[in-house]
Amino acid sequence: MGQQSSHSTAAGHNHPKYLAHHFESMEQQNSSGKLGMWLFLGQEVLFFSGLFLMYVLARMFYPDTFLAAHELLDWKLGALNTIFLLTSSLTMALAVRGAQVNSQPQMYWNIVATIVLGGAFMVVKYIEYSHKFHDGLLPGHFFDAAKAMHNGVPANIPGAPAVFFAIYFIMTGTHGLHVLIGMGLMLWLLVRIKRGDFNSENHVYLENVGLYWHIVDLIWIFLFPLLYLVR
Amino acid sequence: MNLGSALGYMMAQAANTTSWWKPIQASAHAGAVDTLFNFIMYLCFFFFVLIVGAMVYFIVKYRRKGNGPERTSPIKGNHTLEIVWSVIPGILLVLIFAWGFKDWLAIAVVPANAMEVRVSGQKWNWTFTYPKEGIVSADLVVPAGQPVKLVMTSKDVLHSFYIPDFRIKRDVVPGKYSVLWFEPSEEATHQIYCTEYCGTEHSNMLSKVKVVSSAKYEEWLANGGDEDGGTPVPLADKGKKLYEQRGCVACHSIDGTNKVGPTWKGLYGSARKFTDGTSLAAADENYIRESILVPNAKIVAGYAGVMPSYQGQLNDKQLESIIEYIKTLK
Amino acid sequence: MESNHNNVPQSAHAASAGGAEPNYINAHKGIWSWMTTVDHKRLGLMYLVGVLTFFGLGGIFALLVRTQLLGPIFGGASGKQEWLFSGDTYNKLFTLHGAVMVFLVIIPSIPASLGNFFLPLMLGAKDVAFPKLNLMSFYVYVLGGIFLLFSIFTGAVDTGWTFYTPYSSTTSTSVVSAVMGVFILGFSSILTGVNFIVTIHKMRAPGLTWVRLPLFVWAQYATSLIQVLATPVLAITLMLLAIERTMGIGIFDAKLGGDPVLFQHFFWFYSHPAVYIMILPAFGVISEIITINSRKQIFGYKAIAMSSVAIAVIGFLVWGHHMFTSGQSELASAVFSFLTFAVAIPTAIKTFSWVATMYGGSLRMNSAMWYAQAFLFLFTIGGLTGLFLGTLSVDIHLHDTYFVVAHFHYVMMGGTMTAFVGALHHWWPKMTGRMLNEFWGKVSCFFVFVGFNVTFFSQFLLGTKGMPRRYANYLPEFQTWHQISTIGSYLLGLGFFITLIYMIQSLINGEKAPKNPWGGLSLEWETDSPPIEHNFHGQPVVNNGPYEFPEIDHSKSNRGGH
Repeated sequence: MGQQSSHSTAAGHNHPKYLAHHFESMEQQNSSGKLGMWLFLGQEVLFFSGLFLMYVLARMFYPDTFLAAHELLDWKLGALNTIFLLTSSLTMALAVRGAQVNSQPQMYWNIVATIVLGGAFMVVKYIEYSHKFHDGLLPGHFFDAAKAMHNGVPANIPGAPAVFFAIYFIMTGTHGLHVLIGMGLMLWLLVRIKRGDFNSENHVYLENVGLYWHIVDLIWIFLFPLLYLVR
Repeated sequence: MNLGSALGYMMAQAANTTSWWKPIQASAHAGAVDTLFNFIMYLCFFFFVLIVGAMVYFIVKYRRKGNGPERTSPIKGNHTLEIVWSVIPGILLVLIFAWGFKDWLAIAVVPANAMEVRVSGQKWNWTFTYPKEGIVSADLVVPAGQPVKLVMTSKDVLHSFYIPDFRIKRDVVPGKYSVLWFEPSEEATHQIYCTEYCGTEHSNMLSKVKVVSSAKYEEWLANGGDEDGGTPVPLADKGKKLYEQRGCVACHSIDGTNKVGPTWKGLYGSARKFTDGTSLAAADENYIRESILVPNAKIVAGYAGVMPSYQGQLNDKQLESIIEYIKTLK
Repeated sequence: MESNHNNVPQSAHAASAGGAEPNYINAHKGIWSWMTTVDHKRLGLMYLVGVLTFFGLGGIFALLVRTQLLGPIFGGASGKQEWLFSGDTYNKLFTLHGAVMVFLVIIPSIPASLGNFFLPLMLGAKDVAFPKLNLMSFYVYVLGGIFLLFSIFTGAVDTGWTFYTPYSSTTSTSVVSAVMGVFILGFSSILTGVNFIVTIHKMRAPGLTWVRLPLFVWAQYATSLIQVLATPVLAITLMLLAIERTMGIGIFDAKLGGDPVLFQHFFWFYSHPAVYIMILPAFGVISEIITINSRKQIFGYKAIAMSSVAIAVIGFLVWGHHMFTSGQSELASAVFSFLTFAVAIPTAIKTFSWVATMYGGSLRMNSAMWYAQAFLFLFTIGGLTGLFLGTLSVDIHLHDTYFVVAHFHYVMMGGTMTAFVGALHHWWPKMTGRMLNEFWGKVSCFFVFVGFNVTFFSQFLLGTKGMPRRYANYLPEFQTWHQISTIGSYLLGLGFFITLIYMIQSLINGEKAPKNPWGGLSLEWETDSPPIEHNFHGQPVVNNGPYEFPEIDHSKSNRGGH
């Protein structure tokens, strides 16, 4: 026979505090949240796959350009950013671990660390971008080789350097936007951690932000060698 | 044209026509394409009658009647039937695929003895260049029975070159050459369309393919692609023809209305103002010539510089004809 | 109780409530309660209003396009004569018609409106898995619609709904706004897809196993998979197009060293699967309507369910059949042609199964069933004519002619929209608590059916004769069929106008609908009409399949004469 309905009384005896009205159990709620996030990440991968395909084709069109133009990117800054993001993935994982062991401070400070590392990534990105703007190394129509040469940058590159920088800006820009979104989500996490929302039973939201952060990290792991370390 | 030859022409057309709703078959490919088309059509008729016939029969037979207790069949499926209606269409589909593939290879592979014509599409007209003779023409003129290879490219956006009577079509892409071939079966004139959407005058991007006897074709070549056959024609009349054939008509009116470009009415001798602030007291031959060959050198105020260059597409005589024609438009 | 489901005892509920529990419409009052609702039923209704509004708008564009084609033929040597609109205006009209109908009407039509409303009901759930996300999808849809329509006021777009480069990257019309609109609409579609997949996986009532799911749910599941996997590629394609336009990156524009055909590959990689986003939900609807109104088990449940998934998977591998004349490699064309024929088989299986379901049934020919039969007729033509276009040699002749226009209208309009309107008739009593006028339902179906065939069958003839599509005017030889087609379109418009009238009439003073007017067995018929706010009075439990109707029906007299 049918079970009793549980939607009407949130004060029902063993109705967990964080269970949304339309779910029957925490287990159902958590696994739904996780499945939803995985589907969303699948969507993200396909989204970026379009960009990677564009990269592959452009590199096929202009192999020489890519070889020469990547010299104008600073691989040291790129490597620094890779370290920032890899470390932030670690702190993120530690935060999730904190939730599993019910440690409020471990959650809180690891998320803070993740935000700081993400912020450091964006600062480095800002420094790189402002150099490119200053030197006229910009996408498409805005590419200005004369300005670059004037600033002492060897921008006399064969093929279509404008295409390379278009791809550089589109790919890192889209990725940077994802980093910013992730940082925004983590600020909200901090509020909720302070509020005491997360514990070993209920932390699917924290875990999902973690998954998202790992995919953002993973995309950078591909971007870095493709753009900065062309061989 | 007298009545006898008109009748003869109509009979020839009828013999060429497979049905009243299909274009005539005028190339080596057309017959094969139509045969397969008809085969698929009869197959479709069969399945359509089968499906809709069963549907109508069931509606009539099993329509709910009366108000008493009713009985329905407990059938949930039938594996034999399901396999039959998966496998039989499957076999037919493979057959159609193979047949279409075979015919299509014939369309795709150009014979070695084909003569070559270059085709250039631009908004919104076609230009045909005969590479050996250096002739540039607004119509495609070819001898009957001779395989023709078209090497096509576009100057601006995508176009698509389509001759229904020949059952051939191919996209014309900027920055690439695409190839198409056909073998016209007899002397007649056929319509050419652009079938890839290309903007304002897409539906007027038309041209003709004129299939002539090889003797006539040689004569046409000898006259430098001039259809007047060497007989003298006033330059202005020739200019008017070029105006209609070479795409000028798409953007320039001759009645004073402003279209994509300025009107030609009263153009000669008029004062011109340009977007860069300069001006010209009276438009002369040099100005018009420059505007045709280097359109963006001087752009009339109020217009966008969208006209393609006609450099290499019009010879001096043709340019003079157009200038003479513009002079007559007062 | 006529069904075999075990439900929570009604008496217990009735006693505690002390009267009728408010339904989802009147449980909360005021515009704000609608704007902030997370109730899937209300969101479904809001989507429905949006979709129908845009359907009206897209329909007006269509009628203007057809009216233009009544007249113009080439007038003599001076070029052409204009009839109603200039070439530019005509180009904008057909672009808007296509873009509105595809992105704002057909794609969200069944999934977002009816899917939202009925998916949780059919699963015995209280809501979709992520109700807030659902609300967000709706607002994203509205925002996308605003962007798309905003382009009209900034000069409209004239690229065709396909946005082919380099025309779209060079034309002076407001492409960026339209493209951003479609980009945003894509995210609404993705989020809805994610929501539905999770809902189907996680929110099924006890006993509702995968093989007991109504086929509508299966169809939604396959649709959602495509939405999640294909739409991001469209999003990135359109983003690149917008960037190409604004910055000139040189990916799609040959002048800058790019490849315009590349755009077509990107575009059709999404847009062909999108065709299945449009048609699969219609398949689900037809499975529901035909079984219930035949009061009979569906013929070959597993074959129908699996063929939906098969279509979704193979649908990803056939995009190149839009490009047989584009200059893609010969080998690619051959492979795409072959796979295209492979998709035809699961589609054929479905059609045969629907007809076989009616065998030995007890057919209630209500207006929904009329629409379902119209669907079978029209979709059969649409599907069969696809064979011509999938065939390499024949497609060379027919590509980009009116034959293609007729074919996809038979599938999209004759298929999806007919099923959508049929589904509205079928589920209207559940959604609104009112019955529709059966007589006028059949009258409208008649006009739609006749008008549709007159409009679009003549276009098969035009296309075979070589009439290219997207032409603002045409040679004289095509005029007769164009005029017949236009007259048909007016009949079609009239049919839908009648539908609108009696739907409004039903809302005002329609007969009160019973809980289960058609005698369905799936869970949505277990709730009240209209349903209460949280769908069910208790947790429903399922003990059998959705179509296991008893062989002999004794309960006829209980059904309130319908």
